[in-house]
Amino acid sequence: MKLAFSIAVRFLKSGKIQTWFIILGIAIGVSVQVFIGSLISGLQKSLVDKTIGNSSQITITVPSGEYMDDYSQIISNLSSNVEGIEVYTPTITARGTLLEGTDTSPVVMRGFTFETANQIYNFEEKITEGRMPNSINEIVLGIGFKESLNIELNDQLTFDVPTIGTTNVIVVGFFDFKVQAINTAWAITTLNTVQTALGVGDVVDSIESQIEDGLIFDAVEIAALVQTQFVNNGEGSPEVSNWIDNNEELLSGLQGQSISSIMIQVFVMISVVLAIASVLAIIVMQKSRQIGILKAMGIQNLDASLIFLFEGLILGLLGAIFGVALGLGLSYSFTTFALKADGTPVVPLFIDPGFIALSAAIAVTAALGASLIPARKSSKLSVIEVIRNA
Amino acid sequence: MPNVMELKEITKIYGTKIQTQVLFGINLAFEEGSFNSIIGQSGSGKSTLLNILGSLDRPTAGDIIINGKNTKSLSSKELSDLRNESIGFIFQFHYLLPEFTALENVLMPYRISKKPITKEVLDYANELLDIVGLTKVKNNLAINMSGGQQQRVAIARSLMNNPKIILADEPTGNLDSDSTEQVYELLRKINHQFGTTFIIITHDRHIAEKADRIVEIKDGRINLDITKANA
Ligand SMILES: Nc1ncnc2c1ncn2[C@@H]1O[C@H](COP(=O)(O)OP(=O)(O)OP(=O)(O)O)[C@@H](O)[C@H]1O
Ligand SMILES: [Mg+2]
Repeated sequence: MKLAFSIAVRFLKSGKIQTWFIILGIAIGVSVQVFIGSLISGLQKSLVDKTIGNSSQITITVPSGEYMDDYSQIISNLSSNVEGIEVYTPTITARGTLLEGTDTSPVVMRGFTFETANQIYNFEEKITEGRMPNSINEIVLGIGFKESLNIELNDQLTFDVPTIGTTNVIVVGFFDFKVQAINTAWAITTLNTVQTALGVGDVVDSIESQIEDGLIFDAVEIAALVQTQFVNNGEGSPEVSNWIDNNEELLSGLQGQSISSIMIQVFVMISVVLAIASVLAIIVMQKSRQIGILKAMGIQNLDASLIFLFEGLILGLLGAIFGVALGLGLSYSFTTFALKADGTPVVPLFIDPGFIALSAAIAVTAALGASLIPARKSSKLSVIEVIRNA
Repeated sequence: MPNVMELKEITKIYGTKIQTQVLFGINLAFEEGSFNSIIGQSGSGKSTLLNILGSLDRPTAGDIIINGKNTKSLSSKELSDLRNESIGFIFQFHYLLPEFTALENVLMPYRISKKPITKEVLDYANELLDIVGLTKVKNNLAINMSGGQQQRVAIARSLMNNPKIILADEPTGNLDSDSTEQVYELLRKINHQFGTTFIIITHDRHIAEKADRIVEIKDGRINLDITKANA
């Protein structure tokens, strides 16, 4: 082993340019792998984040017209029995119309408990004008209403819920969710305001929640766990929905991306393997004279083949090390220099040490695999051929 | 003296479609500590014979007995070990490892045996380089040495594992006559000092005549086999 290793090192050193070229080749392959992998998982993460980051990921709802009056009890029960959920927040929604003079606009009036709801929606950050509601009948509107109702801060409006009645509300702020559908439809207020407008007691119609960071793709399983809690309590099962079932298109998009990312990586690796294999095959040819001499001196066939396995291993390791460094450097400069106007990176990257370790391990394995053929050749090489063809 | 090497009815046929028979039933035995030369015309089969003797090539038929062991019964691993321990080769075209220094080349047979390199071993390698007069250039890469120097490194290397037998194929083939003379003096000295058996192919009749025994090969057969009376 030691002998084969030191011969391998000497062979690699004696052809420095050739050696560095192969290492460079492997390094480029690995760096593309690392960069594309980080880029695609970064894209996916930001896409998922944008889509579901500020919304309920598992939602418990009762059929329309029904309410939950023991919601605090349910939440505390779920908190102690279901793992993987970061926060629950109760909410109640009233659909109706907002009236300002002659202008009218349909509205979804959403009552929240801000303490917990903020952890999901980050309302504070989305307020562009005014403040959050803090007492009954204060509402915050999407900025879309400014135009449709032609209103300003502190305007008094009438909120009309069909068949129930009207409530006077005051606009204490505007929010911008960067989503047109929400900006033109939602009004945000306290639980109390909606409960009063609907003429019901301290009840809610749904409980929203957000899953712990690393577990968002386990939403289906967690939702199922939540569902079992209701069966156990004999509560007359509310419906439990999760973001995955509600976002099939997004998910199939993500899956497509993952597959194409894997394909790119597979092809990069194949080309790296082919490159190493062919260069090593040439090296065996170049070194056949030396192998012949070593065999005449009595080197074992196993050691003769180990020389080339070690060459593959050394090339793979160095290539992987330089490749990871290059890939990280590339990723780093991408996030540092390619910036949007607001200073955030154009493409967010997600650097996953596990994935990088995997890429490096694949490169080393590939280099080892590629050296199998030359190693076999070296083992089979006949001394007499070499001696005779001087 | 007992025989260190014996050939029994060795034939060699090259090729499968077009067959060329090169050796025709050769019977030869070499005594321990003897200094033998093999002569013969170009193409007569000398190198073929030597390569078979050294187990680098297999005969078409016949037996080779080295150190009392028939090589037919040995695995390729055992053959490698036998070559490593018992046989030193000196080829016509030096065949050093160009990536290694003179000293490293000399040490290589020992490293192949996988025994640890002790100070004694290193001293011995240096001594061999001293014997062949290369102490000054021992740390030069083989590729940077002259032909004669390379040949002398190859001689030192062939002695490294104290082999019983040294096989040499025209070891002075491309040296000038002074260097040739020096190399033979050296081989003779080693023969006397260590009792090593030498089998040397040469074109040089003058050199051949200095050997204890001359074997002449002609068209794949032994034409002449003279042993000097005083040997
Ligand atoms: N691989 C081979 N295939 C076919 N014929 C071969 C092969 N190797 C050698 N020969 C033939 O065998 C014969 C003997 O060759 P060999 O090399 O043993 O001669 P030699 O006596 O060493 O000659 P020289 O003095 O020129 O070195 C030659 O006719 C040669 O052409
Ligand atoms: Mg010859």
